[in-house]
Amino acid sequence: MAFKIIVCAKQVPDTNEIRINPETGTLIRDGVPSILNNDDANALEEALRIKDKYDDVVVTVVSMGPPQATDMLFECVAMGADDAILISDRAVGGSDTWATSNAVVAGIKRYVKDNGEYDLIFAGRQAIDGDTAQVGPQIAEKLDIPQVTYVEEFKMDDDRKNITVKRKMEDGYELIKIQTPCMLTAIKELNEPRYMNMKGIFAEDKDIKTWNADDIDVDRTTVGLKASPTNVFRSFTPKPKGKGIIVEGDCNKDQATNLLIALKGKHII
Amino acid sequence: MNFQLTKEQEFVRQMVREFATNEVEPLAADIDQEHRFPTETVEKMAKYGLLGIPFPTELGGAGGDYISYAITVEELSKACGSTGVICSAHTSLCCWPIFNYGTEEQKEKYLPNLLSGKHLGAFGLTEPGAGTDAGGQQTKAVLDGEDWVLNGAKVFITNGGYADVFVVFAMTDKAKSTHGGISAFIIEKGDPGFSIGKTEDKMGINASSTTELIFQECRIPKDRLLNKVGGGFKVALSTLDGGRIGIASQALGIAQGAFDVTVEYMTQRKQFGRKLSKFQALAFEMAEMKTRIEAARLLIYKAADMKDKHMDISEASAMAKLYAAETAMYVTTKCVQFHGGYGYTKDYPVERMMRDAKITEIYEGTSEVQKLVIAGHTFKK
Repeated sequence: MAFKIIVCAKQVPDTNEIRINPETGTLIRDGVPSILNNDDANALEEALRIKDKYDDVVVTVVSMGPPQATDMLFECVAMGADDAILISDRAVGGSDTWATSNAVVAGIKRYVKDNGEYDLIFAGRQAIDGDTAQVGPQIAEKLDIPQVTYVEEFKMDDDRKNITVKRKMEDGYELIKIQTPCMLTAIKELNEPRYMNMKGIFAEDKDIKTWNADDIDVDRTTVGLKASPTNVFRSFTPKPKGKGIIVEGDCNKDQATNLLIALKGKHII
Repeated sequence: MNFQLTKEQEFVRQMVREFATNEVEPLAADIDQEHRFPTETVEKMAKYGLLGIPFPTELGGAGGDYISYAITVEELSKACGSTGVICSAHTSLCCWPIFNYGTEEQKEKYLPNLLSGKHLGAFGLTEPGAGTDAGGQQTKAVLDGEDWVLNGAKVFITNGGYADVFVVFAMTDKAKSTHGGISAFIIEKGDPGFSIGKTEDKMGINASSTTELIFQECRIPKDRLLNKVGGGFKVALSTLDGGRIGIASQALGIAQGAFDVTVEYMTQRKQFGRKLSKFQALAFEMAEMKTRIEAARLLIYKAADMKDKHMDISEASAMAKLYAAETAMYVTTKCVQFHGGYGYTKDYPVERMMRDAKITEIYEGTSEVQKLVIAGHTFKK
């Protein structure tokens, strides 16, 4: 039996290239390249490392988005994924995280129908455009499988059942043992994603499928803009705060003195 | 006519650009200063399939096209001209002649290792007395029973010190010279009587290995002959036709790299209270450079496209190489000028780029040879 891994990925605008219209406060998306979301690249990389180690691993990337998201899936396959599925339909457009996870879960159920049960699901912690970090955990809940978020280290025993992960916390980490099938969300500390491979780019038999709402047999009242319980109320650009200052000084006392001088100089105290 | 890159070609550019930014550019200044061949980068290029792009997958290649190969050399050279030519010499000058002229046995023996990058390739034509005048070969090959025996020396061989497989030319019939007197051979590192001579100390592309090859009673099996006896000159000329796409791409990359860092510099550097980019005289010069770079790119992609279509590329690749090399020299010289005193220091990459650019006007046929080729096509009747 092949060991089957699903990787959830999203195509996002490259935030390094993004500009914000200062008057409207909205993103200027024109001419901004779309990329594979950073944390999702880490998720895929970890799956590919398992594939490098064992011969019978099948890595399938699942995404939801507009038709042009197939470009991102092309990149995933060129990196080494076996195949990819894009869930794309007007019916799922405008979904918030709850509706998105409903659609992705329906897609995964269709995958299971076609391929049999999966062993492992990887997702990125969060997408750089929405920053919610909700879709991965919601998928796990709705599939009723255990999950660990913020995974920075991954180790799987050769029985391919028992997994130990290191979960990053703000002030430390947790070591968690978990068994397959499960959902893990990756952070950038997990690994260094590989580049695409020339052979992968030119491979003629790339398997990238697009599934619409009918293909995944999803309840249409649970997906799309109307079914989304959350709405964007207002978006705004935080004002740049300016550079911070590091107060110099040979010892704590000097530093405190210099800080007082600086604060007095600005008439704060 | 279609000026859009294919999806695959776009992804090749994205992939090699990321690779060059992370793996090549950080090393470029150091390996230039240390005159160090970047074996670690070559291993990474091999891993990601950059050393066998335009060859079939059945032989271990990536199954790509020549435009993708040109894009690859361009993007590598944008970061480091030396790294670009390692890929170019290997692909165009060693893999291609074996692929095109080799017997099935030769292809099966050499190409899987070369195209996967396990082995590195080189090409030996130039001699101390036979540069542009390739017919003046002094290296001789004589058939002795079941072996060919080579005697002579080659100079300025790119990848020389690190290659495992060499396509080498030698005179087999002096009377016939370029009309059937030169033959091509496949030489392996470690062949008896074959050794690497001195490494050149060059002006630029310092991280590229440029060495002598020495043949003293070098004895190789009969089946190392590439193409038929006397068919070597044709191998050399057709190989160089393709090689010029690689060198033109290297020149283009160097020009684009120098241009990009100069744009960056001009939007920051202030003189007389204004950014350099606000001086129209300088901005117009940049516009001129940008136009020449784009013209060079189009000439190269056209030649590469013709190669993909198995057309005669002799004139097209000569034009691409002539124009790209001269553009590289023109652009890098101006870019150093626009950086002022800083441009003359090793603190900024344009100094290295200007030194690296010069060789593109010289090797794989000087600019004068390219004009000879083009003039020959013009007045052939």
